[in-house]
Amino acid sequence: MLGALIIVFREVIEAGIIVGIVMAVTKGVSGSRLTAGAGVAAGVLGASLVAAFAGAIANAVEGVGQELFNASILILAVCMLTWHNVWMASHGRQLAADARRLGQEVRSGARSLVALAIVVAVAVMREGSEVALFLYGLVAAGGATSRDLLIGSLLGLVAGVAVSAITYFGLVTIPARRLFAVTSALITFLAAGLASQAVNFLQQAGVVTIWSDTAWNTSSILSDTSLFGRVLHTLVGYADQPSVLQVVVYAATLATIFALSKAFAPRALARRAEAPAAQGG
Amino acid sequence: MSPSSRKSGLRLAGAAALVLLAATASAQEAAQVRLTLKDHRFSPAEPTAPAGKPIAIEVTNLDSTPSEFESKTLRVEKVVVGGGKITLNVRALTPGRYRFYDDYHEETTEGFLVVK
Repeated sequence: MLGALIIVFREVIEAGIIVGIVMAVTKGVSGSRLTAGAGVAAGVLGASLVAAFAGAIANAVEGVGQELFNASILILAVCMLTWHNVWMASHGRQLAADARRLGQEVRSGARSLVALAIVVAVAVMREGSEVALFLYGLVAAGGATSRDLLIGSLLGLVAGVAVSAITYFGLVTIPARRLFAVTSALITFLAAGLASQAVNFLQQAGVVTIWSDTAWNTSSILSDTSLFGRVLHTLVGYADQPSVLQVVVYAATLATIFALSKAFAPRALARRAEAPAAQGG
Repeated sequence: MSPSSRKSGLRLAGAAALVLLAATASAQEAAQVRLTLKDHRFSPAEPTAPAGKPIAIEVTNLDSTPSEFESKTLRVEKVVVGGGKITLNVRALTPGRYRFYDDYHEETTEGFLVVK
């Protein structure tokens, strides 16, 4: 029972923390709850489909279908988070300046909400398909212990949702003026962590083979399978034995999102408009 | 600050693309390791593989329930459905013992890839 609890719990927090951050980011935006809900629902449906066709997916593309599938949806999430952050950077300053206009402004940029709904759906789909397969295994195996395991799974689900809720409520206690800066930073690190996981799957698929040596091993200090390690893994992409390429891509993703957000910030755009000739494009 | 930072952003994206291109260079011939999974146990539990070349681990699941082959040190995780077969690509390794397990039944399944 404890084993089932732990497995379901850790999959749920991985998806749940992402959902919590997205909900905190879009708090107060009209339609954001509905969008997040739709994202979760689409994710659960997707997870069931992925679980049902797990065998077929694994055997696709010369046996590396599962890796390529995981890498693809992670890269999709990274793109969506990047786009959201750049959008927020170009609109965020006036939003922060007048909190009352927040709802209105974000409504006009509702496409950013769609990007976040996709992130939610993808996170739920990826972690949910593992839970679905695990639960299917329990039911298929049958026996006297399966009821115990199902109870454990339910407790794991509840505990995972609780941790996700703590993330959300922790974030929304941050004053609105600061929330933008905090969530932008969180999403940047979240995206970098997902990019690094995508690299791991591409390396596992054999698509990418350079820099596959282990960059460091901190598993004895903080294992990324421990609870705290797993939360850090989800939040900032902590890994106790990353490959060199994972570290490089992690840093490159951070730098890219940071540079793009800077470039599209209103102040920067205004200055460019003032002196286009001097800078020569 | 804007045009220069925008340019540096583009330069970074370009560098990342180059890294990915360079990275797709073809892999060496891989050493084969075959494992089966029955009653949530790996057989053999301690397969051996040569050091210094990529390894392809083939896992056949003889159980009717799904499993997930996972290893932190080998840096792989992959689902194998009941009655299914998967292949995992592992990078060239230095000699040592690398632990792997079925993520869904970690308490009963444990194995070590012995690299020498």
